[in-house]
Order: sequence, then structure tokens, then C-alpha cells
Amino acid sequence: MKIAVQREPFGIDAELDALSRGNAAVGAMAAFVGLVRDQNDGAAIGQMTLEHYPGMTEKAIAAIVEEARGRWEIIDCTVIHRIGELRPADRIVLVAVASAHRGDAFAACEFIMDYLKTRAPFWKKEVTPQGARWVEARDSDDRAAERWR
Amino acid sequence: MKVKLLFFAGLREQLGIAGEAAELPAGVATLRDLRAHLAARGPQWQAAFGDGRLLRAAVNQSMASPETAIAPDDEIAFFPPVTGG
Repeated sequence: MKIAVQREPFGIDAELDALSRGNAAVGAMAAFVGLVRDQNDGAAIGQMTLEHYPGMTEKAIAAIVEEARGRWEIIDCTVIHRIGELRPADRIVLVAVASAHRGDAFAACEFIMDYLKTRAPFWKKEVTPQGARWVEARDSDDRAAERWR
Repeated sequence: MKVKLLFFAGLREQLGIAGEAAELPAGVATLRDLRAHLAARGPQWQAAFGDGRLLRAAVNQSMASPETAIAPDDEIAFFPPVTGG
């Protein structure tokens, strides 16, 4: 299992290769990649800063992955979340799950992402032509996480 | 009792500090009590911690609820709802 909170970009190919390499029990991998959009709530986004809670962030993600492991057959998984300055089209987050079969991989990947959105201590601040502003949490994210209860 | 307070994101900017070592009076036993205690510090704190403000909290780096009990030397963080991913 790999959990990383980092400033540096990540490569999708390399991460997916590493997730299945040397393990022929893996029959399916599902991956989600979140990117910075150039628009949000009607404003053009020039840049974004991601703040986090050092120390808690990694623990919170590990707890989410543990919960996923209790629900689905997961062989291995990778979660990478970037922090610091990001620009439109930059990748923010990668959640990749390796399982024997696709059902577990798809479900666990979506679950981890939904929980990460509501439980991992990250905050986005975006720069628009009108100035910088903190991104507001969305009710739809809470509802997405509630589905798994 | 002594605790360590941390503030993140918009809350940190609003207060102008990232955290502090705080001495809490007797009677502050839960996160709800602590929030009310902080809100009573003055207008700026009332704006940051008053009932109208949607905040989350963590105790010792685990998400917590208003009923969560506070113990000496706890690390207590307050922050707006998270927006990562």
C-alpha cells in the first residue's frame, strides 16, 4: 500500500505499473485521477494552492484505505495527493486499486475517493480574476460519502 | 488544563494565527465547550467560532464531534469542511 502527500507531480503509468508488478493475482486495476479545472463556480481559475494538516493527512487516508479493505477484496492500493501550488490541468490526486476482479476495484476506488473528499484534511484556495478565495465544501460530496454507510 | 490548538485554511487566515498553546479553564470538557470558550474571547473569535460558522475539528489527528472529550496535552485542530480531492 502506498500513501503519499507530495508537492511533486506523479506519473500515472509508473504508479499503475508499480501497483501490479510481480503480482499475478491482480486481475483488475481501477484508477481515479482528479485534475485542476480552469473554471469553478463561474470564475476562471488561474492557480490553486492546496493546504493540508501535516501528520493527520496520512493517517486519515490510511484509515479510509483500511475501511475499504474491510469491505472489498483489495490486493494493493495507491493514494497520492498533491499539495502546494497547482495550475489548471495539473493532476491533484490519484487513487488506484488492484484486485482480483473489477467489481472490488471499481467500488473500492470510488469509496476511497468519496471518503477522501469529506474526511482527509485538505483545503483548496483558488486564484480568480476577482482575487483569491477558499473553495467551499459541497453538499454533494457529503451525500456521496453518505451512500456508503 | 493545557492543550495545543491548531487552525487551518480560512480559519487560520481569519484569526491571523496557525495555533497556540492554551490554558483552558475548568468546565471546558468537550469540543463543544471549547468552541464556546473560544467564541467568547472577542468579536473576531465570535465571528470565527460562533454558531453560524460551519467548522470541523480533530482531536489528536482524528476527526472528532462536538461531544468528543478533551484531555490534557491534546492536540486540537479546528478547520472549515475539507475540500481536497
